[in-house]
Amino acid sequence: MNRPFRKTSAGLEEPRGRKHPGAAWLAGPYLLWALAFTVIPLVLIFWFGFTNADNQFTWSNLTSIGDPDNLKALALALLLATAATILCLLLAYPIALILAGLKSGSSALIAMLFILPMWMNFLLRTIAWQNLLENNGVINTILKFFHLPAMTLINTPGAVILGMVYNFLPFMILPIYTVLSKIDREVVMAARDLGAGPWQTFARITLPLSKPGVISGITMVFVPSLTTFVITDLLGGGKIQLIGNTIEQEFVQGSSWHVGSGLSIVLMIFVIASMALIAKYDPDSSGAVIGGQR
Amino acid sequence: MSDKLISIKNISKSFDEIPVLEKLNLYIRENEFLTLLGPSGCGKTTLLRILGGFEEPDTGRILFEGKDITALAPNKRPLNTVFQKDTLFYHMSVADNIAFGLKIKGKSKTYIQDRVHYALHLVGLDGFGERFPDSLSGGQAQRIQIARAIVNEPKVLLLDEPLSALDLKLRQDMQYELIRLKEELGITFIYVTHDQEEALTMSDTIVVMNGGRIQQIGTPEDIYNEPQNAFVADFIGDGNIFDAIMIKDKLVRLLGAEFECVDTGFGEMNPVDVIIRPEDVEIVSPEQGTITGVVTSVIFKGVHYEMDILAHNYHWTAHSTKMAPEGETVGIRIDPFNIQVMNKPIREDQETLVNE
Ligand SMILES: Nc1ncnc2c1ncn2[C@@H]1O[C@H](COP(=O)(O)OP(=O)(O)OP(=O)(O)O)[C@@H](O)[C@H]1O
Ligand SMILES: [Mg+2]
Repeated sequence: MNRPFRKTSAGLEEPRGRKHPGAAWLAGPYLLWALAFTVIPLVLIFWFGFTNADNQFTWSNLTSIGDPDNLKALALALLLATAATILCLLLAYPIALILAGLKSGSSALIAMLFILPMWMNFLLRTIAWQNLLENNGVINTILKFFHLPAMTLINTPGAVILGMVYNFLPFMILPIYTVLSKIDREVVMAARDLGAGPWQTFARITLPLSKPGVISGITMVFVPSLTTFVITDLLGGGKIQLIGNTIEQEFVQGSSWHVGSGLSIVLMIFVIASMALIAKYDPDSSGAVIGGQR
Repeated sequence: MSDKLISIKNISKSFDEIPVLEKLNLYIRENEFLTLLGPSGCGKTTLLRILGGFEEPDTGRILFEGKDITALAPNKRPLNTVFQKDTLFYHMSVADNIAFGLKIKGKSKTYIQDRVHYALHLVGLDGFGERFPDSLSGGQAQRIQIARAIVNEPKVLLLDEPLSALDLKLRQDMQYELIRLKEELGITFIYVTHDQEEALTMSDTIVVMNGGRIQQIGTPEDIYNEPQNAFVADFIGDGNIFDAIMIKDKLVRLLGAEFECVDTGFGEMNPVDVIIRPEDVEIVSPEQGTITGVVTSVIFKGVHYEMDILAHNYHWTAHSTKMAPEGETVGIRIDPFNIQVMNKPIREDQETLVNE
């Protein structure tokens, strides 16, 4: 067959998209900010983490993670953070899907309902849950009113997971909602046109296209859950000890800034490692973890 | 061409109370190449979407082989669409994009591979299978969209300005390929364009639309040579369009001069519209002309000269292989056969013309 147009096809059409040169200086203020609030604290953490009280180099701060109590706190933190992240994802995806499917006017209003709690102080929100869950709290009072047996709700792993899910759910909803609402309606139409039913379209088009949002959502829920100490303090009542609490106590109760920094570094390594793990399962959108964009 | 494959009956559609399609009636025969032609915003894409099942009409029905499919889900309709916008799946390779419909249908791996290969070859993009859509140019993306639709060998293919992003040469090649493909696979084409030349060269039937209404349905020759109203005449090809008076059968007055024509049945002393194509404007010596005028500009267009002649306060456009220099006084003569007389529209919302 004669294909006369092949020779023109490459030459005449311009590839889409190009980078804008010379805009790098715009990043200046950001670099300054990063220096003051990211680089300097990081340097300090590393300084404390690798020295002892006599300013001598040591590995002992890092290896203190091997202490059984600390290991247990880290394992529990990983477990609870994972549980909270999975719960958030299961709750957030359908909500984001519904939000993205709504007409633009009403979706903004309903999105507000989910964002509104974020405008309340984090501590206040968590203390409110404390009041609800306490042994003499709102829930048990209601149970008592109906002559039902009281339940131990506060100071359980469940209470801590609840606190994490409640506080961090919006951080899962928002990135997924953003990605979903950017998916072109016509792309979904095209899949339907090619014979895919609603479920096939979801599985093959919508879900894969929303992956970057899911990954930033996971990151934004997992990291604060893994490192939290406030939620554990308020809803775990000292009975649940996570690695975040251990580090906090090292710093605040004046035990040792050096050990605290060492454990922070270990935790940082775990965060980076888990991000790398996600990236490995999805090499396509590893950029989403770091930059939020491909 | 045989039976009606698709019947569009009384379809109306409004968005936010603004009518976009108004009581449309149209049928498409099996194996026909039907083109919807009209200015931007006249409702072409909306009509295709209703056919594809992505938009619900407010009133009316769509029949496919006699069966009502108005409420059928898009994935159950025996047609595929090449969308106007880029709707490639950006998370899949080009090959996976093309294979999408076949995978859904559960075709075998080797069959799919074969078809993808064939489709890529057909659109002149052999070897592009492993690429991802974001690495394609606009024209390449459009051709992959065509490939993605045709591998499914639908009974009807809806194409919404599928060649708009291609350069002239490539567009002509693709036009030729599409027609060949249509013959080879026996697919019925419903094609949208606002490029009148594309419509004239490719179609069996052209449907000229304006403001959500059908203005005329006919073969390319009909539409070009016998436009039914001034809108069609103006939209298709260049033309000199005049407000005129039909003095009696076979005699029409325009610009104060009387011209012989061949049309009858327009009554006596009735206002009409008249179109004269530029290539039908004969330039003769002033004595021989029905009217005379002055050449105000001459442009060389390759095959012919395009001349602007100011005669009786009207700028005539004339196409001729013979050039009359700027500033010269010339006569204009029109063969009676080349004067096309049309009724004036009765009102803005003149009854829709139907091809049945
Ligand atoms: N979903 C929608 N909501 C509101 N108005 C719409 C919608 N879709 C189309 N319209 C309007 O309907 C009219 C017809 O649109 P349509 O896309 O059918 O035009 P078209 O003939 O395909 O034009 P073009 O040649 O520019 O593609 C336009 O005025 C458009 O703004
Ligand atoms: Mg359109």
